[in-house]
Amino acid sequence: MSAVETTYREAIRQALLDAMQADPDVILIGEEVGVYGGAYGVTKGLIEVYGAERVIDAPISEPGIVGVAVGAAMTGLRPVAELMYVDFIGLVMDQLANQAAKSRYMFGGQMGVPMVLRTQGGTGRSAAAQHSQSLEAWLLHVPGLRLVMPATVNDAYHLLRAALVQPDPVVFIEHKRLYTMKGPLDVAVPDGDWGRPVLRRAGNDLTIISYSRMLHESLAAAATLAAQGVESDVIDLRCLNPLDEAVLFDSVRRTGRVMVVTEAALTGSVASEIAARIGEACFDWLEEPVLRIGGEDIPIPVAPALERAAIPTAGLIAEAGLWLVRREAPAWAAR
Amino acid sequence: MTANSAALQRYRTMRRIRSFEERVGELFLRGESAGSMLHLSIGEEAVVGMAGAMAPGDTFTTHHRGHGVFLARGADPARMMAEIAGKEAGYCRGKGGSMHIADRALGHLGANAIVGGGIPHVVGAGLTYRNRRSGQVSVAFFGDGAMQQGILYEAMNMAALWRLPVIFCCINNQYGMGTRVDRAAGRLAFGARAKAFGLQAAIADGRDVEAVSDAAQGLLAAARAGQPGFLEIDAYRFYGHARMDKSPYRTAEEEAAGRLRDPVLTARARLAAEGQADAADLDRIDAEAAAEMDAALEAAVQAAPPPDASMFEDVFAPGTPAPRPQRDRLCAILSEGARA
Repeated sequence: MSAVETTYREAIRQALLDAMQADPDVILIGEEVGVYGGAYGVTKGLIEVYGAERVIDAPISEPGIVGVAVGAAMTGLRPVAELMYVDFIGLVMDQLANQAAKSRYMFGGQMGVPMVLRTQGGTGRSAAAQHSQSLEAWLLHVPGLRLVMPATVNDAYHLLRAALVQPDPVVFIEHKRLYTMKGPLDVAVPDGDWGRPVLRRAGNDLTIISYSRMLHESLAAAATLAAQGVESDVIDLRCLNPLDEAVLFDSVRRTGRVMVVTEAALTGSVASEIAARIGEACFDWLEEPVLRIGGEDIPIPVAPALERAAIPTAGLIAEAGLWLVRREAPAWAAR
Repeated sequence: MTANSAALQRYRTMRRIRSFEERVGELFLRGESAGSMLHLSIGEEAVVGMAGAMAPGDTFTTHHRGHGVFLARGADPARMMAEIAGKEAGYCRGKGGSMHIADRALGHLGANAIVGGGIPHVVGAGLTYRNRRSGQVSVAFFGDGAMQQGILYEAMNMAALWRLPVIFCCINNQYGMGTRVDRAAGRLAFGARAKAFGLQAAIADGRDVEAVSDAAQGLLAAARAGQPGFLEIDAYRFYGHARMDKSPYRTAEEEAAGRLRDPVLTARARLAAEGQADAADLDRIDAEAAAEMDAALEAAVQAAPPPDASMFEDVFAPGTPAPRPQRDRLCAILSEGARA
């Protein structure tokens, strides 16, 4: 079977459908996942196929939903809990960080919590400060949680299938603006090394590291840079924890120049962590400081123009890249 | 004779719990307990009525004061003591301690140091048992402190909504740390809260293990049929919140009154009065429990600590690379070879 063109949303739905077919212990639990079909339509129709015992509409009780998933996972089911927006992660942090992530360790390896928490984040729908955040760094800080953020249609399917056979809790963060993105999906070719970062474009002048929707801005920036003779490695992180650093370091040691791009507020972000690791491991190979490019350190405003201005664009990434490689300062640079 | 045997067995278990807790207190005072916190359940031994009524295969979670429940479900006191002492031989290889003890084989899904944190896990277990039609029940044991936590009400609502085989068991020992229950709750009729969600609710005298056992059996049978339940065990915490807490927040008179009806002594007196056991039999049970727990204490003190390298194990499942030790990372960054 070859690849078919589909959407990110449909790829995730297909992954859930196939996982439920393959394993009768897979259940879905969350607000509106059943009859309504999911706030973003990802679980549409699944309750008709698998029934209300496996596709469970929960009350608006986020800590309860995650806590129930933890208990179900401990006793043999493989729950997929859905948190409608990652912004609600603060509500569930006890069940996620103190319970799901720590059970295996504090019980001496007796009991893992094989569950997936699906949620979505990011900007782009003018949803304002409480429905637009990118909170992956809050989760990265918790030992024991796997953290996955797919950027492509094929990854959306295969990384979710892989998450559903992992013996540990996985947080799977989708991007609300990618649901309608189309791309090729080949369900027949599994992802052999899930979680390892992949090179999405190759070049020797510059390394651009990103994930989730910012990967696409980074790729657009790389195309712009290529038109001006600057060739970039563009790396998609895919799995933020555990993170396989080798792919990043190999690239940086080759190019000597690196930018890490995130949509999240920059301070304390995933980009900050990765920049620090590169600074430690690649210091002698670096020609320039490691640049972090991220969201402004503000809550996301509702006005579309302000929302757009608050997060990195391909234009900004390309300008920063040209400055880093050629020392060509953009128009906005301070004189 | 069967009824006699069951009552005598409950007494033996209560006496073992009392002796265990006394020895754990000694372990702490000898400086051999891992960690600065130790929460004893002395005065709450009638919980045996609930734990003992559960069937093999039933599961449970506990919170800060769960030693007694775990022993009543068949735990090995030596492995428990070793865990509390932070030793490799303990149930969790010395990583959990008193507040995180667990044993999957005995259905203990984990003790929890977040008040109420383990309550929703039994609802998840109930979902598993309903979907698999396994006939198992899962019971959350918690104190009156958890009655004020929001997660309890989310969990009770879901259990009632989905008709799950779950029981919420509140051991009301009158104190959440140093705050008496009437300073924490606007209304003290906790069973009414459970009934409002559609649960079957009962309250039992926590000085009378037979009363607890009777209430538990009815609730367990109903839960197995899809009617979740709530049991409040009305008890009194004989000592402070943790071993070093001298309870300055309550009077000596109150403590004396609270200890007057000791659940262990009450059970013993009844067995003697009803002629189910004579004083010599009961003394022998008491002595056996004391000897067993003395041995557990000494074994825990002698046991080896976990090796340093085990620190990096079990963050993720086996097969995933373990976290990198700090010193390895520093060597990789700073050694001449790496920088050449």
